[in-house]
Amino acid sequence: MAITSAPGTVGTAARPAPPSPAGPRRTSLGRKLRDNLTGHAFLIGAVLCFAVFAWYPMVRGVIMSFQRTRRGETTWVGWDNYVRILDDPSFWTAWKNTFHFTILALVLGYAVPFFVAILLNELRHAKGYLRILVYLPVMLPPASALYLFKFYAYDPSDAGLFNAILKALHLPTSQWMQSPEMTMPAMVIASTWMNMGGAVLIYLAALQNIPGELYEAAELDGAGIWRRIRHVTIPQTRLILALLALLQIVATMQLFIEPLILANGAGAEDSATSVAYLIYQHGFFQNDLNGAAALGVIMLVVLAGFSAGYLRLTAKQD
Amino acid sequence: MSVPQYRKAAALALAAGLGLALTACSTKSDDATDDASGKVTITVDCQPVGAQKELLQNWNEDVAEFQRQNPDIVIKSVSVGEQCNNPPDFTARLAGGTVTDVFYGYMTDLQQVLDSGQAMDITGYATKDTIPTWDSVDPALKEVFSDGGKLYAVPVKNYSMGLVYNKVLFQQAGLDVNNPPKTWPEVREAAKKIAAIGNGIAGYAEYSAGNTGGWHFTSLLYSQGGQVLTPDGKKADFNNAMGRQVLQNLKDMRYGDNSMGSRQLLQWGDLLTNAAAGKVGMFIGAPDTTQAIVSQFQGKFQDWAMGPLPGQDGPAKATLGGGEGYFFKKGLSPEQVKAGLKWIAYQKLTPGTGQFDYVRAKPQNYPVGLPQPLLFAAGSDAQKQELDLRKANANVDTTNFAIFEANPVAIKGEPRNAQAIYAVLDAAMSGVLTNPDADIDALLKTAEDKVNQLLAAES
Repeated sequence: MAITSAPGTVGTAARPAPPSPAGPRRTSLGRKLRDNLTGHAFLIGAVLCFAVFAWYPMVRGVIMSFQRTRRGETTWVGWDNYVRILDDPSFWTAWKNTFHFTILALVLGYAVPFFVAILLNELRHAKGYLRILVYLPVMLPPASALYLFKFYAYDPSDAGLFNAILKALHLPTSQWMQSPEMTMPAMVIASTWMNMGGAVLIYLAALQNIPGELYEAAELDGAGIWRRIRHVTIPQTRLILALLALLQIVATMQLFIEPLILANGAGAEDSATSVAYLIYQHGFFQNDLNGAAALGVIMLVVLAGFSAGYLRLTAKQD
Repeated sequence: MSVPQYRKAAALALAAGLGLALTACSTKSDDATDDASGKVTITVDCQPVGAQKELLQNWNEDVAEFQRQNPDIVIKSVSVGEQCNNPPDFTARLAGGTVTDVFYGYMTDLQQVLDSGQAMDITGYATKDTIPTWDSVDPALKEVFSDGGKLYAVPVKNYSMGLVYNKVLFQQAGLDVNNPPKTWPEVREAAKKIAAIGNGIAGYAEYSAGNTGGWHFTSLLYSQGGQVLTPDGKKADFNNAMGRQVLQNLKDMRYGDNSMGSRQLLQWGDLLTNAAAGKVGMFIGAPDTTQAIVSQFQGKFQDWAMGPLPGQDGPAKATLGGGEGYFFKKGLSPEQVKAGLKWIAYQKLTPGTGQFDYVRAKPQNYPVGLPQPLLFAAGSDAQKQELDLRKANANVDTTNFAIFEANPVAIKGEPRNAQAIYAVLDAAMSGVLTNPDADIDALLKTAEDKVNQLLAAES
């Protein structure tokens, strides 16, 4: 098909004036600002908020990571804080714990909401009520939800909810948060329960955008539920799955409130110490704000590098 | 005004408003200075929170009376809830420069406060003129808040640890309430008997989270005759037989005897909540722990008694002593410092007023008659006055503390960088209390490495 008009002009009643022989007419900066005064005013507000509450603290953190403050005197110490942080025996423990949590969270916290969303999508009755039920935990303040788990579900005596269930099923009970081996799984279970509602809603929205004909065609071809999920649902929700996987990884690597509340901090034998909790410990218990800043910068670099790599990889696949 | 003009005006107003709001947010309040009327204003923290009605009323009465006696001083009280008992909160305010003019700190906080550059040297100001009882205040306590010969805070409370025990549970377990365990093996035997009562009762309870595990490890180590750091303060000194004994005792009680209850990873309030509910037979603590059990956790005062800290084979070699005081923010005028010291003197260091107003405390059921604090040196005038007042107004059975008082144990102060070291030692404590296969040697070695690394960074 031949192009009969310039892009962007199809259907318009008036065509733009032809460019002047001297080239495009220049608009002064002042004129541009005046023309979009309202927009710029709103922009200034947003930029100021970001500058004060997001960019400045980040820049300040990076600067602090190269400084040392003692007796009110601040000096530049180069990479000393980074060297010190890398020497800290807790550093690698914290990264190991954080990756452990992230991997478990990907298996549980990422997959479970997807399958719950598929189940909800397949239901014919009581859909609305069940969606509300699934979303309810999100409305609970995270601290309250975690205290529920800590004192009610994860009570290590036989009176605890989970232990009572295990006992009723004639299964061995657990020490939950008080067992170094169970700390991470227990934190992931609580975290998944707390946050599942939001992910389920996003998945549901994506599932409802899948054309029904695709499922009908698959059914005509004799595909069962698992083949329909594999060959229709997953490919059709690939983009949203990729995005949520990235968000899930970034969010779970910032693990903090779960150790703080469920494990009273470091947990049994440091089994709950995450990188974010270690930053808090350096800053607020060890009076080492410069070390905390260095650790924060290391975490930022790791997460930024990971995010960039992941986005590049998924972009290539697309 | 046309619609576009109106929009532009609104947009400009919005931008200007935002700018002003941000500017206002970043401007520090500067109202705590000498004002034009000649009055001196100081801000002071640790005002009780609204829920503590009687304590708040007492505080307000003290402020009113102090201002009546000192019409040229204005006290501005600040309360942010847990601020006065929460190390992370304290560090945040210190780092953010938002401490009040006169601010509360633990005895362990001196180095942190000095590092922040926020503390004022008050050596020349703390005298009999500003604090009439100053010469009676125990010199050892002044020393704790001194560095390089300079005084940076005024001590207002001190404590030492002993064995706190529940008399009701002792009786139920067939133990003698007048003869508490004196050694750790005796504690172990008594704990077994108490735990045998059942109902989820722990014979002995111990901390292992939120820095409190390390704090108690230190006290238990002192009871063995050990120390956390070498005398020069440069190396850890707990990875030895005494450190091992401390952890072995706990591991034996937790997993050998099953006498420490199932819930571990306890921090300050957790243990006291269980104790107030009658679920703890014994724990180590200061006399005022019983006060917290009653006033904060709804326990019964008459249920509790105290003995000295046990030792391994006889009396404890030493017990941990600590306390709190008030610092002065750098940059205050001399008038403000003097006003702050006068307020501290009135509220915290004068027998008969403020914390020593036993006549007021007695009908309010705040325990009077506890053996601590002992801020004033033995034999000093202030000490005599305070003891007489305490005796005359006692509303608790002082015999419950008689064994503790009659068997004093040498008090040893907290190590330098105490809070950071306590955070490290939490892991050793949680290790033996949550893992039946815990390797004590490995736990101590890891903690030693971390503390040495921390000390190296400090130097």
